[in-house]
Amino acid sequence: MRMLVTLLMALSLWALPAVAQSNGPLRIEITEGVIEPLPYAVPDFVSDNSAGADFGHRIARVIASDLSGTGLFREIPGEAHISRITSFESPVQYADWKVINAQALITGAVSVDNVGKLVVRFRIYDVFSGQELGNGLQLVGTQEGWRRMAHKVADQVYTRITGEGGYFDSRVVFVGESGPKDKRAKRLAIMDYDGANVSYLTDSSSIVLAPRFSPTGDRVLYTSYETGFPRIYVLDVASVGRRALETQAGTMSFAPRFGPDGRMVVYSLTQNGNSDIFKMDINSGASARLTDAPSIETAPSFSPDGSQIVFESDRSGTPQLYVMSANGGEARRISFGQGRYGTPVWSPRGDLIAFTKQSKGRFHIGVMRTDGSEERLLTASFLDEGPTWAPNGRVIMFTRETQGAQGQASLYSVDITGRNLKQVQTTTGASDPSWSPLQN
Amino acid sequence: MNIMNGAKMTYLSKTLILCAGLALAGCTNPDRFDDTNTVDLNGANAGGLAGSAQDPTSPAYFQQTVGDRVLFAVDQSTIGAEAQATLAGQAQWLMSNPEYTAIIEGHADEQGTREYNLALGARRANAAHEYLVSQGVAASRLKVVSYGKERPIEICSNEACYAQNRRAVTVIAAGLSS
Repeated sequence: MRMLVTLLMALSLWALPAVAQSNGPLRIEITEGVIEPLPYAVPDFVSDNSAGADFGHRIARVIASDLSGTGLFREIPGEAHISRITSFESPVQYADWKVINAQALITGAVSVDNVGKLVVRFRIYDVFSGQELGNGLQLVGTQEGWRRMAHKVADQVYTRITGEGGYFDSRVVFVGESGPKDKRAKRLAIMDYDGANVSYLTDSSSIVLAPRFSPTGDRVLYTSYETGFPRIYVLDVASVGRRALETQAGTMSFAPRFGPDGRMVVYSLTQNGNSDIFKMDINSGASARLTDAPSIETAPSFSPDGSQIVFESDRSGTPQLYVMSANGGEARRISFGQGRYGTPVWSPRGDLIAFTKQSKGRFHIGVMRTDGSEERLLTASFLDEGPTWAPNGRVIMFTRETQGAQGQASLYSVDITGRNLKQVQTTTGASDPSWSPLQN
Repeated sequence: MNIMNGAKMTYLSKTLILCAGLALAGCTNPDRFDDTNTVDLNGANAGGLAGSAQDPTSPAYFQQTVGDRVLFAVDQSTIGAEAQATLAGQAQWLMSNPEYTAIIEGHADEQGTREYNLALGARRANAAHEYLVSQGVAASRLKVVSYGKERPIEICSNEACYAQNRRAVTVIAAGLSS
C-alpha cells in the first residue's frame, strides 16, 4: 500500500580539533520563556560534487524551517549575508556574520558518494565567541532521505543551543479526514512532523480513530470499525500489516496506548454499556481488568517509567483525571479546576500531564504537574482535543475543529509555555495526531 | 410483487427493483439480505431501504412510523417518558416481526472528547437495549454499538442539532440466521 523510504543513517563523529563544549554565551534557556528569538544564518550547503548540488539549497531550507518554526530562532535571510560560503573548509569570517547579528552560523557540505549515498557534513559556529559550537558531524543516508538528514542537523543545532533534546527527525501518525461532517471518511496517515512525506496506512472503508505510536515508532495502535464495532488493531508501520487485539466477544474496545515497554497496552473496554480500563500483553494476549466501576473509565496513559496510569473517569459526576498504579487499585483524583477534563497524556519526561479541558462552552489544551498542581491552559477554541507530546516534552500537537456545518479538523502545535501556536500543514482534514519518538 | 404503483417504487432499493424485474417470488424475505443491507436512512449504516413504508412488517415502516430513535439530555443516558413510548413501540414491532434482528447505535453530540463520547454513546445504546429487553425482546436478537461523535445526523454547532445527535437508533438488520 505504501512505499517506505528505507534510510540507512550513519551518524558518525567527524574528526576535528576538540573545542570546548557549549559553555559559551550562545544559549537559549527555554524554561525561562524566550522573548527574543536567537538570530542565526544557514547559507545553502556547498556541494562537493555536481550530484549533490540540488540538495545543498533544499537541506538548508528545511533546517531553517525547523529552527524558525520553533519560535526560538530567527533566520537572517540570505540577502543580508555579506560572506558567501563557497568552501566548507575555508575559515569563517566571523566579522561578516557579527555585523549582520547572526549569533549562530550553520555551514555544511553535501555530496553523493560512489554508491549513490548522500553525505552531509555540517558545523555550527558561535559567531560572537568566534568558535565552533561542538564538533562537526557527518551524516550518510539515502538520497530520498535528504529531509531526514536536514532534520538531524536541525536537531543538533537545537540541542546544542538549548540543551534540550530535539524533535525534528520524528513522524506523526494521524487520521486523514475528508467529506462532509455527517459522512466523514477517515483513514490512517503518517507524515514527517512538519507535514512532509504523507502516506496512508489504511483506506477509508471503515471509520478509524486515534492512532498511537509504540515507544520505538515501529507500530501503531488504533481503533477501527472494520467489523462494524469499534475494535483495537495493531499495525506494523513498515509492512502495513495489521491484526486485531483479541478481546471478548460482544464488547467494544478503544482508546489504546502502549506502555513504555512496547508490549503492555492499556485501553478501554465496554461491556453492557459500561466502560472500564484493561491492560493486555500484546505478545501473549493475556489481559487484566484495572478498574471496576459503573462509571466511565477511559483514555488511559502510562507514566514513562510504566509504574502508573493516568486516566479519565466520571465517577465524581463529571469527567475528571485520576492516577492509579499500573496494576490498578485505588485511584487518586488530580484535576480539581472548573470544568470537564479528558484525554490525559503523560509527558515523555514524566514531569507533566497534558489534557483536554472543556469549560464554559470552550475547549482547551492544558498541562498540569502529575499531582494536578500548576494547571496551565495553553489554548482555547471551539473544539481543541487530544494532545500528543513531542519527543522532547516541550511541544504539544493536538486536534482543532472549527464550528458549524462546514467544520473541519486540523492539526496544531503549541509550546508548553503556551507560545508559538501554529497549524501543521496537511493536504486534507486531519485529527488525532500521535507524535513518534525521535528516529534513530 | 408483480403489481407495483409509482409511490411504492420510490421506496424500493435497487436490490428490490432488480428482484421485481426478474419477477422472483419472495424478494422481500429479509433472509435474502445480508448484514450490510440494513435500514437506516440517516444513521451510520445508511444502506438500502427494504420494503415499503406502508407495509407494517417492513423495516421502512419501523423506521418511519414506529420511530427508530430516542433522544437524550446532555451527558445523560436516561430513557425519558417519550423515549419509553418509542421503545415500547419498537419492542412490539420486533416481537411481531421475529425474523429481524437489530443493532442499536449510540451517538453523542460533538461537545466532548472522542473517547468520552464513545463511552457515552455505549451507555445510551445500552439503555435502549435494556429497555427493549425489559419489554420482552430477546437479547440474542439485539446488538449494540457506539459511534460516539463520529456520525452526527445534524451538522450545525448549536443545541438544535446537538439535541438530534444525542440519540440511540435501532437499526433493523438481517434475519436471525446471520
